[in-house]
Amino acid sequence: MDLGLLAFIAWWAPFFSFLIIGVFIRKYGKLSAALSIIAISISLISSIVILLNIRALENPVLKDIVWLPFGTKKGLAGPESIFFGLFLDNLSAIMLFIVALVAFAVQVYSIGYMGEETPPSLGRYYAYHSLFAFSMIGLTFSKSILQMFVFWELVGVCSYLLIGFYYYKPEAARAALKAFWITKLGDVGFITGILILYFKFGNLDIFKLINDPAILKSAGGVASVILMLIFCGAIGKSAQFPLHIWLPDVMEGPTPVSALIHAATMVAAGVYMVSRLFPVFREFPDVMWIITILGAFTAFLAATMALVQEDIKRVLAYSTISQLGYMMAALGAGSLVAGFFHLFTHAYFKALLFLGAGAAIHAVHSNSIWDMGGLFKKAPITAITFGIATLALAGIPPFAGFFSKEEILVATYSYANKIPFYLLLITVFLTAFYMGRAYTVAFFGNPRSENAKHAHDPDLSMKFSLVLLAIFSVFAGFYAGKISHLLEYLTAHEAIEHHGGLNLTVLSLSFALIGLLSSYYIYARAPQVADNTRERFSFVYTMLQRRYYIDDLFEWIYRRIILGLSAFAGWWDRHIVDGLVNWVIYTTARLGRSLRVIQTGIVQDYLFYIALGSIVLLVLILRGF
Amino acid sequence: MELKSLFFLSIFLFSLGLYGVLSRRNAMGILIALELIFNSANLNFGIFSKIHANPSGVMTILFGIGITAAEIVLGFAIVILLFRLRKTSNADEVHILRG
Repeated sequence: MDLGLLAFIAWWAPFFSFLIIGVFIRKYGKLSAALSIIAISISLISSIVILLNIRALENPVLKDIVWLPFGTKKGLAGPESIFFGLFLDNLSAIMLFIVALVAFAVQVYSIGYMGEETPPSLGRYYAYHSLFAFSMIGLTFSKSILQMFVFWELVGVCSYLLIGFYYYKPEAARAALKAFWITKLGDVGFITGILILYFKFGNLDIFKLINDPAILKSAGGVASVILMLIFCGAIGKSAQFPLHIWLPDVMEGPTPVSALIHAATMVAAGVYMVSRLFPVFREFPDVMWIITILGAFTAFLAATMALVQEDIKRVLAYSTISQLGYMMAALGAGSLVAGFFHLFTHAYFKALLFLGAGAAIHAVHSNSIWDMGGLFKKAPITAITFGIATLALAGIPPFAGFFSKEEILVATYSYANKIPFYLLLITVFLTAFYMGRAYTVAFFGNPRSENAKHAHDPDLSMKFSLVLLAIFSVFAGFYAGKISHLLEYLTAHEAIEHHGGLNLTVLSLSFALIGLLSSYYIYARAPQVADNTRERFSFVYTMLQRRYYIDDLFEWIYRRIILGLSAFAGWWDRHIVDGLVNWVIYTTARLGRSLRVIQTGIVQDYLFYIALGSIVLLVLILRGF
Repeated sequence: MELKSLFFLSIFLFSLGLYGVLSRRNAMGILIALELIFNSANLNFGIFSKIHANPSGVMTILFGIGITAAEIVLGFAIVILLFRLRKTSNADEVHILRG
């Protein structure tokens, strides 16, 4: 079987679906939905077939065409040319599966969730979804970094479109713009890095780069700068501190979109990019150190913010930032397997959490966990699947998150600097605590609002997706060995010493359990403890509520500095530049006005001037000048 | 009579013509005054022809008279058309090119 062809089909099927929906059948919502789901099913089936035949992928499948020919000689493109193509190896095959599965689950779920939309609106929704899947798969298969950047931006555009799907809601439009701009901030670094890389080394081919990182290594400092700039793109896309502020606002879009963005597409792009270039990154310990410390810090920071959120989607959003921090920390600590494996498991349970949250929101018509409560009895399937995902996120065995988090802790433990490890360990507790809090408040106890009393499980399509993802959330963890084996070719030098393995397991597990149990105790049995703590440490509470004032800082920068600069530039343009032009115009006009009086139109006046001029000339000539 | 004193006649004719051109209101008058200027020029040709004993100056006068006659016809035609159009032949009343 030609795996390259299959990968190609998996890649372009959603694109054709997008094209057909966008051009022809946008007005028929149900038909668009069906087509889009068929396309993503094709991708999913192809990816499964590829995974089943993964043995055949010992040598990566490379297919390309010349995209931008440079240095052409005798009709042949030179070595500096940039290629557009397909790069299928184990890593991209696994990534394809993640993307296709989550996108499939989300699209099926959307049948139920978006059922009340008007048909054209639904068509638009599915067109965006198809484009999104296409872009993300294209990013996965990118052969050159420039191609990756193009799809990277396409992913950004799609998330902009989908976050702003309810464009008539000002908050949604604002959130979409915010997501777009903040990620652009990182992308400026990314493209700068790409440009320097190209002009310095004349090579943007990922396959060549990761097989021969020594070229960059020998260049020393400038290569570090390049990688740091490229990593800036990942900071924006994967919502690392300080560019994490866009991610919580993504929840303004439809809930399935949040699930897609938070799990497998948008934010996964940054982690995937670092994984893709991991053999290169590994050669630069200084860059790796920054990645680790930034990831661990982000994980901790976001987890603390998640503690005080009342909107269930916001809790999940901060937890996404936190988990992305975990992945980055693991990658930076030198373990591709741990980081990528966490991406693998996290995609399922985070998508499941969002879809479950969507089902709960659908049932009670409110985002606040304080409007829910008692949903366990009313909506058992939602509650059970959400519970599985919660346990997976908290890191309780045998659910998926436990295994991947374990690997990350081991990886950071064996890292030279222990600070990231301790930060992540505390975050294990925090994660368990905030998820326990959200779950306890939303699903246990008595209904806290009128709507919560009449809550019920969602319809079939939504249930299907929930159960599908729940199955993966349970079993994905068991593929740890398999994935580490599959990625061996990229991690030839990776040597995780599993010393202290068991102790570490006990430690992290006890942290997670304490977190879960204490939150259950506080929010189910002794709510006054929470209130007392909040009152005693009100300034901490306010600080967390205000998100460490980082959003305010950005806003301040925007309002004072950027708008100030713009105002100054505007003033300069209006008064200095335009002023100069206006002065020229005014002077010319004035000169013309004062000279027009001699244009009397009377022919004899002109004759008089001529005569006068002649006499003057005559006198001059006679006097010999 | 001193030949050179005819130059004073020429200067007088020219000045008279210039004065007429600049001061007459009627376009016809301007054209007539213009003829005086022509004549002064022609007179100069004649005088120099006599001084240098060169007949080409006299020939030039003949050509000049011919050309002037043709030109004056054109000028009159323009003035007549102007009169038909504007009901006036006064040069200072026609100033549509005023700035």
